[in-house]
Amino acid sequence: MIPLSHALILGAVLFSISVVGIFLNRKNLVILLMAIELLLLAVNLNFIAFSYHLGDIAGQVFVFFILTVAAAESAIGLAILIVLFRTRRTINVDDIDMLKG
Amino acid sequence: MTFLQFVFYLFSAILVFAATMVVTVRNPVKSALYLVLAFFSAACIWMILHAEFLAIVLVLVYVGAVMVLFLFVVMMLDIDLARLRAGFTRYLPVGGLVAVLMAIEIALALHIGFNAEPSRAVSALGPDASNTRVLASVLYTEYVYALEIAALILLAAIIAAIVLTMRKRADHKYTDPGHQVTVKREDRLKIIKMDSEKPQAADTSK
Repeated sequence: MIPLSHALILGAVLFSISVVGIFLNRKNLVILLMAIELLLLAVNLNFIAFSYHLGDIAGQVFVFFILTVAAAESAIGLAILIVLFRTRRTINVDDIDMLKG
Repeated sequence: MTFLQFVFYLFSAILVFAATMVVTVRNPVKSALYLVLAFFSAACIWMILHAEFLAIVLVLVYVGAVMVLFLFVVMMLDIDLARLRAGFTRYLPVGGLVAVLMAIEIALALHIGFNAEPSRAVSALGPDASNTRVLASVLYTEYVYALEIAALILLAAIIAAIVLTMRKRADHKYTDPGHQVTVKREDRLKIIKMDSEKPQAADTSK
């Protein structure tokens, strides 16, 4: 049997790697989207681990919905990325300052 | 250590390695490919944790569809890598420090709080229980409204993605049906009055 804490620590390590990925690649929008996918994967891993250890299927149902929303999010994100590249010829986050916020 | 535990730690190591490569590798295409590896190892870990249906879904939907989408986009865009990588080494020490500290903090908290063997464990579902059947039986009863909303979100995503990326080219010739049905006879047909012409004498030179 796999101890619960080991699966949770794996999720935590994965989460930390993704957060540092957002830090390091904050200019490249594609890598940012990939890091967000990894973040969601880490969260899903926690849900699955708890579902396994508590013998409750609800955790897996939540993972199902998170996967759905994550797929929708990445599809829309990539669509926005393509439109952005078409109009500005760049995906550098620093160049995307048209709104002057 | 049982064989199952060995496999779990092996796939965990591969997952952590692949995730590290995703965020550090220079080429976005390689990054996407390492993300495929990460998702695949995660699917194997989910399989070990008795989430068989979701493991298959992760491989089919993520590796099969979303990652291919990522690869398409990465290969389609002609990006200037040198500029995007600027500042990478500058942020590396502080970023790495934040990551290590965060991981250690979370790990300590979790290890104290959840250091337990499986309480009821999956055996509550029984050794013969089909994961897909169990998941479906709650998904279509207890969570049916959430399922409908998820379907709606996917529909919205499809429409949004298509509308965002659809473009009208200036040199593209197409008919606008809305304009087509409102057209009147006066727009297309002009009746003019003119005197009838007298027929010319037959030309004999030809």
